This record gives sequence, structure tokens and C-alpha cells, in this order.
Amino acid sequence: MAKRIDVKDLDIYYGDFKAVEGVSLTVEPRSVTAFIGPSGCGKSTVLRTLNRMHEVIPGGRVEGKVALDDQDLYASSMDPVAVRRTVGMVFQRPNPFPTMSIRDNVAAGLKLNGVKNKKRLDEVVEASLKGANLWNEVKDRLDKPGAGLSGGQQQRLCIARAIAVEPQVLLMDEPCSALDPISTLAIEDLINDLKSQYTIVIVTHNMQQAARVSDQTAFFNLKATGQPGRLVEVDDTQRIFSNPSEKATEDYISGRFG
Amino acid sequence: MSSITGRSAIDELPGGDGRPPLEADRASTGRLGDRIFGGLATGSGIFVIALVTLVGVFLIAQAVPSLMNNNVNFLTSREWEPAGAEPRFGIVDLLWATVTTSLIAMVIAVPLGVAVALFITQYAPTWLSKPAAALVDLLAAVPSIVYGFWGLQVAGQYFEPVAKGVDSVLGWLPFFDYTGTPSAKSTLAFAGVILAIMILPIITAISREVFNQVPTAHKEAALALGATKWEMIRTAVLPFGKPGIISAAMLGLGRALGETLAVTILLSGLNASDAFRSTIFNGGATFASKIALAANEFDSAQKTGAYIAAGLVLFILTFIVNAAARVVIDRRKAFTE
Repeated sequence: MAKRIDVKDLDIYYGDFKAVEGVSLTVEPRSVTAFIGPSGCGKSTVLRTLNRMHEVIPGGRVEGKVALDDQDLYASSMDPVAVRRTVGMVFQRPNPFPTMSIRDNVAAGLKLNGVKNKKRLDEVVEASLKGANLWNEVKDRLDKPGAGLSGGQQQRLCIARAIAVEPQVLLMDEPCSALDPISTLAIEDLINDLKSQYTIVIVTHNMQQAARVSDQTAFFNLKATGQPGRLVEVDDTQRIFSNPSEKATEDYISGRFG
Repeated sequence: MSSITGRSAIDELPGGDGRPPLEADRASTGRLGDRIFGGLATGSGIFVIALVTLVGVFLIAQAVPSLMNNNVNFLTSREWEPAGAEPRFGIVDLLWATVTTSLIAMVIAVPLGVAVALFITQYAPTWLSKPAAALVDLLAAVPSIVYGFWGLQVAGQYFEPVAKGVDSVLGWLPFFDYTGTPSAKSTLAFAGVILAIMILPIITAISREVFNQVPTAHKEAALALGATKWEMIRTAVLPFGKPGIISAAMLGLGRALGETLAVTILLSGLNASDAFRSTIFNGGATFASKIALAANEFDSAQKTGAYIAAGLVLFILTFIVNAAARVVIDRRKAFTE
């Protein structure tokens, strides 16, 4: 189910402004890759190019190559809608659909895919909520609004919604930045569980989190103020945090800047 | 949405994890400025409520004596002879014409207005959306007398083939039977079309406002699940905007029910002896147009009271419509932010 991501010489633009340049990296299936770096260095931007959500912003475009198991995501024959069904995403702020119940939130993606069978929907809702470690907390109130849950529960609801469509890859854009430590721990545990089935890429500002959850870490930084962001280095998480090859990485993780 | 439904989004946002929303009283500090402003706000609220109550009381007080003298049932009679020693007046025809024209206007204007608002907020490129929005708003600035004249002199002639077309397809239904008298431009149906154009800007403007407030996070949530643009609108934009659309429709309906000048100019009156016909291609008079036509003949309290009674029914009708809208909105309250 999980797929490999290959990024090669990727430049990302907002209109004429080059936001990120020259990114090349590989994400292995069933692994967790963390993107770290100071604010505004383009790590979220890079993440959003992996499921073509970058194009949703007016003027957003890319040059270079992003491939999922040798399939070019930006080939002209590729439908961005199909890409997003394959590559799921969890956002920084929990964003369950406010007008939908917990059940409908999880089933939303399936319904978009045309699944109508109620029994199958119920099965997937249960499996996805269990997969997101939320089932026990909400099984008695599936028809209540999703917006009534706590922040941490809402974020796990969003993860359940994302995995309900069985994507190949799961992208997470600072999924814990709006959560308290207990909820953060719940999400991190969940990431460890999900790793066995999905390829996961997570953007985080929290270096301890990157060290705890990821197998591979990519450090992004700006060349200079006003210059595009770039990938400084990518390596095994252990190596990045113990013995990085670049001076800038060491300065960043040891707290000397950023 | 807030200014229309009378409910601010802040009122319903939970104040963080599970905490109840802030309540006005607890937020008050008891300082002088707070008390003055609180007093002013409360006073304004009471003033509006008092105003509505007084209008109601006035209408009832003026209408009741005439209604007591009425020789036929006010609610079921088609006659309208409010003057003289033995007045006979009932509202069936007026109610029929008012409701029919307004419903026709709603059926046309609500889907169209929502579609225009969706185009402006979701589909149109930036350079087009602002001018397009301004143009639609401009429709609201056209005085209703102009709509009436334009309908009568210009647009009306093009309605003849429309009426014939509807008659040839749906004429077997009693509602769509077009006989040619009165001519198409003087019918309830055409008045409804003109009303639709008049309420279109209200519905578009409010829907547009609500659609613009749909948080990017919700739209991106839908897109990230693999929704197409239309699916995104269906999943994120329309549900979020639903209370606003209902408010917009009700405001439009309120305007349509009460609109006077254009309808007065367009509709051809019926003779008292004409049999009742349930087709939308008939003439008639709405509450408002009937009252307007008689405005210079209010010579006796009895006669005036009869018209005021008609106005009272219009008042109650509008009230019921708004109350119904509120119930619909409140039923889904838990599911709106």
C-alpha cells in the first residue's frame, strides 16, 4: 500500500517569487520523514507539493519532478484530484467539517469516491477511528458534531478522515502545533502505529518530536533573507541529531539559531 | 451571516477546548464606560422591540372595529367592498396573489442568486469577481418604479412567448394555464419574474458574504481528500453557508411580499365578478398593491380599517416566514461553528 516518494531538483514558485529551490530527496515506503527548519524556510511549501495542494494557492506552481513509485505527479496526464486521493494530508489546525457529525466527517472522503453502501461506510468509519486511536472515545456519539471534540480529538478525527480513503502516503503539516503535550503524545504514538502501513512525511517545529517519531530528517533553511529556501541536508534522524554533515544543521539543532 | 441571523459567530465558538463561550455579563467589568455602552446597547434593543410591538398594536387597534362590522368571513371571502353601511371584504384573492408572486420570485431568485454568489466567490478570477459583485449590487440600487416601467414597456413583450411555451408544455396543470387574457406582462407570473430580479441582489450579496467567510482550512480539508471543485463546494462551502442562504432567502421573501410599486404597475386587476382561477397567468392584486391603489380613498375609518386589516395579514405573514426561517437555522445550530 505504501509508496516511495522521489523528489528531484524541485523549484517551487508563488507567481514570480521563487519560494524554494533545488530540493532532491527520497522517502522510503513505511517510514517517517520529518521536515525541520526555521519558520518561512519552505518546509510546509515542499510538503504541499507532494500532493499538489500547493497549486490551490493562486500563482502556485513548481518546476522539477515529484514521483510516487516512478509515477510523475506533475505529468500533464495526472489529475491533481487523483493525486490527492492517493496522498492524504493532515493540517496544522484541526479542521473537521463543522456541519458534519463525527461519522460523516470520517466518511466524507469515501462519499466523495461514490461509496454509498451504509454497511461498508460504517465498517470503514469504525476501522479508521480505531486506526486513529479515537474509537473508544467517540463510539457512543458518532452522530454528534465533530467540532464539539477537544483539539486533540479533532486532530485524530482528521487523521481518521485522511486514512479512511486508504491513501498511499500521509502528509502532516505541524499536526501537533495547536495541541497540548498529552494530545501531542497521543498523535506521536499514532504516527508510530501508522508507520507500518503508510509512508509518512511530517513537518514539525519541535525538534524533540522529529527525533522521537522520524526515521529520516530533512533540514531546510533560507540561503539568506529574501532568498528562496533550500534543503540543507537529509539523513537518518539519528545521524542528523548526533553528527550532521553540515555546520548549519548542527547550529540549528543545538539551538544556536532559529 | 451574523448581522442577518442576529447571531454572531463569536457567540457559538467554544472558547477553546470544551469551555463554554464567553457570556456578555461575565465579560463586563462594571466600569463607567462599560455601563454606558451596555445601557445604550440594551436601550437600542428595547427600542426596536417596542417599535415592532407598537406597529402590531396599531394595526390590530385600527383593524378590529372594521372587522367587527364585516358581513363576510375575512379569511375566506373573495369579495372586497370595504365601504358603505354593509361592508364585505375578505383576503383570499390578495393572499393568493401575494403568495404566488413571491413564491415565483423565490423559485427563480434563490438558485440563481446562490449560483451567482458561488461564481463570484469560488470560480471567477480575481480581476472579474469584484466588478461582477459591484454590478449585482447595482441592481439593488435601481428604484422599484424603474423595474415596474421597464417590465411593462420593455421586458413584458418578451414574456408572451415564455407564457405560451409554459402553457404548451404544462398547460394541463391548472397552475400553468395561459389563455391570453390578461396579456402575459400583466400576470402574476411576470410580476414574480420582475420581483425575482429585484430580490436577486439581496440574495446574492448575503450568500456571497457567507461564502467568503468559509475558512480556507475547510476548503483545503475537502480538496486534500480528493474533492473536485464542485465537490469541495458541496462538502465545505454550501453546508457552511446554509444558514446564510436561508437568511438571504427570507430577507428576499420579505422584500417580495411587501414590494408595492412594480407590482402595482404590472398587475392587471380582476373584476369582482370573475371566477377564481388558480393559474399563475392571471391578474390580481397583492396586499401591498391593493393598499397602494386605494391610498387616496381612505375617507372613512371603516374603509381604512379594512385595508389596515389586510396590512395586518401581510405583517403576520412576514412574521411567520421569519420565525420559520429561524427554526430551520436553529435546528442545525449544533452543527454550525
